[in-house]
Amino acid sequence: MTPAIEVAGVTKAFPVGDSQVQVLHGINVAIRSGELTYLVGESGSGKTTLISIIAGILFPTQGRVEVFGTDLYALSDTRLVQFRLATIGFIFQQYNLLPTLTAAENAAVPLIAAGMSRREATDRARELLDRLNIADQADKLPRQLSGGQQQRVAIGRALVHAPRLVVCDEPTAALDARSGRRVMDLLRAVALAEDRAVIIVTHDNRVFDLADRILAMEDGRITHDGTTMPQGH
Amino acid sequence: MGWIAIRMLTGDRVKFIGLIFGVAFSTLLITQQLSIFVNLLLRGAAAVHEVPTADIWVMDRSGRTPDVTLPMPATALDRVRGVSGVGWAVPMIRSGATVRTPEGDLEPVSVIGVDDATLTGLPRTMVAGDRERLSDPDAVFIDDVGARKLFPAGGAVGTRLELNDQRAVVRGIVDANPTFTSTVILYTRYSNALEFVPGTRNRLSFILARAAPGSDPAAVAKAIEAATGLRARTRDQFARDGVDYIIENTGIPINFGITVALGFVVGVAIVGLTFSLFIRDNIKQFGALKAIGVTNMKIRGMVATQAAMVGLIGYGLGILLAVLFVWTGAQNSDAFKGFYTPWQIPLITAAVVMVMILLTGLLALRVVLRTEPAEVFR
Ligand SMILES: Nc1ncnc2c1ncn2[C@@H]1O[C@H](COP(=O)(O)OP(=O)(O)O)[C@@H](O)[C@H]1O
Ligand SMILES: [Mg+2]
Repeated sequence: MTPAIEVAGVTKAFPVGDSQVQVLHGINVAIRSGELTYLVGESGSGKTTLISIIAGILFPTQGRVEVFGTDLYALSDTRLVQFRLATIGFIFQQYNLLPTLTAAENAAVPLIAAGMSRREATDRARELLDRLNIADQADKLPRQLSGGQQQRVAIGRALVHAPRLVVCDEPTAALDARSGRRVMDLLRAVALAEDRAVIIVTHDNRVFDLADRILAMEDGRITHDGTTMPQGH
Repeated sequence: MGWIAIRMLTGDRVKFIGLIFGVAFSTLLITQQLSIFVNLLLRGAAAVHEVPTADIWVMDRSGRTPDVTLPMPATALDRVRGVSGVGWAVPMIRSGATVRTPEGDLEPVSVIGVDDATLTGLPRTMVAGDRERLSDPDAVFIDDVGARKLFPAGGAVGTRLELNDQRAVVRGIVDANPTFTSTVILYTRYSNALEFVPGTRNRLSFILARAAPGSDPAAVAKAIEAATGLRARTRDQFARDGVDYIIENTGIPINFGITVALGFVVGVAIVGLTFSLFIRDNIKQFGALKAIGVTNMKIRGMVATQAAMVGLIGYGLGILLAVLFVWTGAQNSDAFKGFYTPWQIPLITAAVVMVMILLTGLLALRVVLRTEPAEVFR
């Protein structure tokens, strides 16, 4: 079976002052469909940088990224944006919901961006919020919701258009242990399928047991690949 | 995405109101000041517009405006009447004088003597009294604004005045176009005016003429100049001369220019600052939208929608207020009598607001477009 994602020889250097700081050193990894993959590692090890490159929002310095057979960085800018909209769901640590839209409207944004009518899009978003157990919050504004509820709206937004790849950066960092676990359970239940993949950046050791696969990073390299946590964690 | 852009904007009440206020304030200031400016300038032509039947104004060679009068010999009238192409020509005296009111106050006035037979040059509309009464001995008509100034308690009609130490009786009030100098105007018959205004034999100020049917006023004016050595201007030219005189000889254009520029600068400052604050507050959200897959094209559309909405509502509100302001002023204050908002001014203001919105919109857009989607993961 071809992998969902193939990362080949990816490096990333950021210009800092007059010099370049090498953040990723030749990353080679394949992510399989049907799996929930964790990306763990110390702060500063390059997790966010790698997941951004995989999600098509940050150009690598070198190397190639294929997502479901599409060479991301060979696409034109516009095509890349369209590809993201169709294929990738994002969950950001700070949720980044639009403060003046209701929960349902927020969750409907990817559908609306794709050209669906406002009514149909929010109807679909409502169905998803129902599956995420916050149907009763659908007409509230983000500031009227708790952190956990906002996170679920953000998950709703990431999943509403049924993207084949979902990427999350520290989705449970702001939540208590129980809420964090429920979020992971929900992601497993709603986002994962035979032909879909989920990648979660986390250093939340309360939820490590829920992963199918755990990749660990150190200093811009993948140093562990297994079904359990590396030693020392 | 349009409605999302609008909800982003209107959801932030304080900034939304601030933006609308900024545009409306600028629009109001610019429109209102330009209107007052134009109306003041037009007062330089008020005397000309008061005589719509006269095509041509004839004056001394050195004459420039209706308010600066240089006497001509009485024979000039017949010479003008003799020029071919002249339909009719009538005399007019315009002169400064002093009245002593019944209370004993001295007031500088303008005396306008109109042709005895036709009363050409007398404003059409009477506010009080009967037009025929100008034939009464010593009769004068006073302009409405002047009447309120000289007789704040009313009762102008019937009052005796000492006009340059001659006896005069107010027999009527006319609805006159206020002039730039806004002195009290007393209308009287030409023959009467000769009595009121002392001086030499030469007291004729202007000859008002009309081109014969089928003749071009400009050509007739040229012919009059050639035949008489006097200065002859068509109505439009002379109106323009009056306006130009104000432009060239007063600080009005500079003063109003400064206020209008200030309105623009303050508007750009308020709107620019508030809009970039709004954009900065929403930069994470814009970043998230870009990451999710909203194209730069659609982002442009969103910012344009927001800017256009602010511009339209603010402009509409500002114009409404400005027109209301000018209208209320014209109804209630002699200083603003006859003021209106010429249709060109809202168009000019629209262009100014457009520049303002374009400037701030493009500036804000630059920030949004430069935001890397990857920044939302930071
Ligand atoms: N835009 C950037 N410019 C310069 N350095 C960056 C930039 N983004 C990330 N870095 C650096 O790259 C390293 C890895 O960052 P990141 O991928 O955020 O790590 P993690 O998510 O594992 O904490 C850090 O040292 C960080 O300072
Ligand atoms: Mg990180």
